[in-house]
Amino acid sequence: MTETVVRTSGLTRRFGDKTAVNAVDLRIDRGMIYGFLGPNGSGKTTLMRMLTGILRPSAGEAEVLGVRLPGNAEPLKRQIGYMTQIFSHYRDLTVLENLRFAADVYGLTRRERRRRIDELLRIYDLTEQARQMAGSLSGGQRQRLALAAAVLHRPRLLFLDEPTSAVDPESRRAFWEQLFDLVEEGATIIVSTHFMDEAERCHRIAILDRGHKRADGAPTELMAALDANVVEVEGANLRQVKRALDGQAGILSTAQIGERLRVLVDKAIADPAGHVRQAAALGSPASCAVVRPNLEDVFVSATRRAAA
Amino acid sequence: MKSLRRILAILRKELVQLRRDRTTFAMVVMIPFIQLILFGYAINTNLRHVPVAVVDQSRTGLSRALIQMVEATQVVDVTMRLATVAEAKRALVASQVRAVLILPPDLPGRVARSPALGLAPPAATGASAGRPVGQWLVDSSDTMVAGAIKSLRNMPLSELFRQTANRAVPTFEVALFYNPEQRTEVNIVPGLVGVILTMTMIMFTSAAIVRESERGNMEMLINTPVRPFELMLGKIVPYIGIGLLQMAIILGLGYLIFDVPVNGSLWVLLAATLLFILASLSLGLVFSTLAKSQLQAMQMTVFVLLPSILLSGFMFPFDGMPGPAQAIAQVLPATHFISMIRGVVLRDAGMAELAGGMIWLIGFSAVGLIVASLRFRKRLD
Ligand SMILES: Nc1ncnc2c1ncn2[C@@H]1O[C@H](COP(=O)(O)OP(=O)(O)OP(=O)(O)O)[C@@H](O)[C@H]1O
Ligand SMILES: [Mg+2]
Repeated sequence: MTETVVRTSGLTRRFGDKTAVNAVDLRIDRGMIYGFLGPNGSGKTTLMRMLTGILRPSAGEAEVLGVRLPGNAEPLKRQIGYMTQIFSHYRDLTVLENLRFAADVYGLTRRERRRRIDELLRIYDLTEQARQMAGSLSGGQRQRLALAAAVLHRPRLLFLDEPTSAVDPESRRAFWEQLFDLVEEGATIIVSTHFMDEAERCHRIAILDRGHKRADGAPTELMAALDANVVEVEGANLRQVKRALDGQAGILSTAQIGERLRVLVDKAIADPAGHVRQAAALGSPASCAVVRPNLEDVFVSATRRAAA
Repeated sequence: MKSLRRILAILRKELVQLRRDRTTFAMVVMIPFIQLILFGYAINTNLRHVPVAVVDQSRTGLSRALIQMVEATQVVDVTMRLATVAEAKRALVASQVRAVLILPPDLPGRVARSPALGLAPPAATGASAGRPVGQWLVDSSDTMVAGAIKSLRNMPLSELFRQTANRAVPTFEVALFYNPEQRTEVNIVPGLVGVILTMTMIMFTSAAIVRESERGNMEMLINTPVRPFELMLGKIVPYIGIGLLQMAIILGLGYLIFDVPVNGSLWVLLAATLLFILASLSLGLVFSTLAKSQLQAMQMTVFVLLPSILLSGFMFPFDGMPGPAQAIAQVLPATHFISMIRGVVLRDAGMAELAGGMIWLIGFSAVGLIVASLRFRKRLD
């Protein structure tokens, strides 16, 4: 039986006359990695802050691990871990001191503390840096320290706000492997990102755009349910082709990726490849074929529709 | 139990951060030291060696002897000798001297008839009978300078003729307790403990919470189970030790450099100081929850520090202040503490004499801690 960990209805947060999060409904089940995918300023951080209870919603409500928000969020604190977007541990303390502080604040006993910190230093590959000041760590090491501190008390629900923004691709892979290990141990993870490849690793995602949730579901589902066909054009003079296509009826968007032009075509059009060839008046040497949609296409389509 | 562990965690963290923060650490020791030297030497209500000019129109042996006598009082130093009164006035305007002594041409005659000579008063017949022997022109914009010169008004002249003074029996006998030599330092040094603790204690704690926000640690902290009250306590306890250290520095150096004794019981001193530190720290915490930046916290500190220096009785006697100023002063912890610590250090006052001030400080700390804990919300908005 699936257990719902987070449920929100109409969750809204305004700052002055600006609405950072606009009537968002969410349902997040236990044991998943749930991604918030959205560009800068789309409301990912604000949404997370409301779910951890440190920011009060202007309207709507949420239930997190059975705790109703807005309301007393204290019972949540011991059960959640939160890795902030900006490094928020003490730069003038060493890695070890930071972890000890977290352990004491979460009430681990001395023995537990030693065991757990040793374990975390090993898992997150920080043993060599244990006595280094947190302020002098590299971006990736700092991120691993933040993750270690966030999971130290074995939270049931983990919030990670753009955890890999300063991390190279290889470290990012390792980082995600560690997230799946945590899920295996029973945690639920909410992670925000603006990387498509990262969103694709999530069990489910919600696409956020200017405070609105535009779509949600499993990445594969979202790709399958895309209400557009994707046509890839290969050939010469792609900039010229793009200019010819932009604004034509039935063409939703165009984007150049290296030597190919990716074109989103309205689903209502029966022969998308033919439509593109005709609309751009392409010569025969150019190739033009329907391909499988990816998450970026889903993202572009979801946010474009709302803007129209 | 868990609560205690969280308080200790914060306390330990604060101590480690403090130890690594060299500037703050240096300030802890240097502020009391420097202030003690500055205040101890600079504030002196016993004014001496005021630079003055002399216009000697008589130019007699008597006038030279009189000038020497005036200098021998040490109240003034004759730094200029001028020929005319007009020149002397210019010297006053240019602030080269603070006062001018004018000795008239008929000085010997005046001296002979002066009652200050201590001789039997001659029949008051002549027009010049009983006239002062000379005149002081004083730049009296500084009341302390004026007061010092005024004290020379009745200087006896008997020594001019090697006669012993004919001392009149005074109306009152004045017995000077606790500071018989009338040294300003004896009053300043204990008071300085109050001023310096006001400054450092409020300054350190008012920045304590703001610093967590400014350095971006607050968002992490409010997502942990730490309670506001635990955070407040953990933050102020390290500074209690610092406050006591500063008191020891000031009183210790006060004894070594200025010879100010500690007459009272060390336990009473400790109790009074602890309570005052607590009151200042809790006020600092309230500021910390109000300020948006460390700069604002600093400004709020100055806002309390100035009245604590000027109104608390540290520099000017409390009893001479107008009603509204006294009312403000009564609210400040420093006022109560400065009167208490002078009581302990100089007059050996005991717990019983200080009970009123102590109770007031306890009340102040409790209200401060509660207000700070209530004002602090574990939220960003
Ligand atoms: N405290 C605040 N006061 C005013 N406006 C705010 C505040 N916090 C966020 N906003 C605004 O709300 C919007 C959403 O911000 P938020 O930080 O949630 O975006 P985000 O998706 O996390 O962006 P990023 O990817 O850059 O981190 C932004 O337009 C931002 O300017
Ligand atoms: Mg953000």
